Amino acid sequence: MTVQNIQLWEVFIRSRNGLAHKHVGSLHAADAELALQAARDIYTRRGEGLSIWVVPSNAIIASDPSDKDMMFEPAMSKIYRHPTFYDVPDGVEHL
Amino acid sequence: MILDLADDALILSHRCSEWLTRSPEIELDIAFGNIGLDLLGQARSLYALVGDEDLLAYHRDAPEWRNCTLVELPNGDFAFSMMRLLAFASYECALFRTDPGSDDLRAIYAKSIKEATYHLEHAEAWVLRLGDGTDLSHARMQAAADAVWPLLTELCSSAPEVEDAVQAQLAAVLTAATLTVPSRTATTQRGKHTPHLAELLEEMQALAREHEGATW
Repeated sequence: MTVQNIQLWEVFIRSRNGLAHKHVGSLHAADAELALQAARDIYTRRGEGLSIWVVPSNAIIASDPSDKDMMFEPAMSKIYRHPTFYDVPDGVEHL
Repeated sequence: MILDLADDALILSHRCSEWLTRSPEIELDIAFGNIGLDLLGQARSLYALVGDEDLLAYHRDAPEWRNCTLVELPNGDFAFSMMRLLAFASYECALFRTDPGSDDLRAIYAKSIKEATYHLEHAEAWVLRLGDGTDLSHARMQAAADAVWPLLTELCSSAPEVEDAVQAQLAAVLTAATLTVPSRTATTQRGKHTPHLAELLEEMQALAREHEGATW
């Protein structure tokens, strides 16, 4: 079986109204409609989803792992960016 | 009538399960598995209306089965299996829109039509792509259509009022897929089986018959 033309797709599922689509995995499919069907069959079999996105994997621009230090290291030493340096008054819920 | 449909669903469910590990892609393995499980669920609901599902599924020999020839034929190639699924899903969609005359069946129809609609969409997508694909895929799809067509009248025999709609819907898909619509002939009769059914039952029923009352 020749499968050299089968494209890779990334699958995103939105589980409930109000929550964002979340990456759940990838799959092979020849085109967008079949990718959507395959995503439905593979990733929503247990009632996980209300909405599906499929995106061609080659449309995703990823950061280079070798740029990790440049990209992410500078944020590590700036703990003042975390909202942890104030007291929460009594009576404030849901914070 | 209920048993006709239940047997159709169970036998085709088993054929779908035979695609597991044999599909061109793992994605299609899972698709066939899902469709088979939908059909199994339909069969179980229907059997529950007419008797004991285990007795009906595991303790009848081939001559007692009411399924049509279309569903008992071996899977053949992917083209035949998809064309068969297209025909069966089209039939189910048409049937499930009719009024069965009882609340029990109405509930099963209402639940099952969502499943059948998806089966139809899935099969149609593949028939379109393979029919209007390469020379090889077109030839295989045409051979599948030629094999399936003479069996349509038998498929619809327990609800003959839907046959015209089924034939018209299938013809439209074939035309869109650049396939030739075979002429309308009827060569088979519901209840008369090929040797393939006995082979299928032997595998499907072996465990239940060897270990009477076994559970897990």
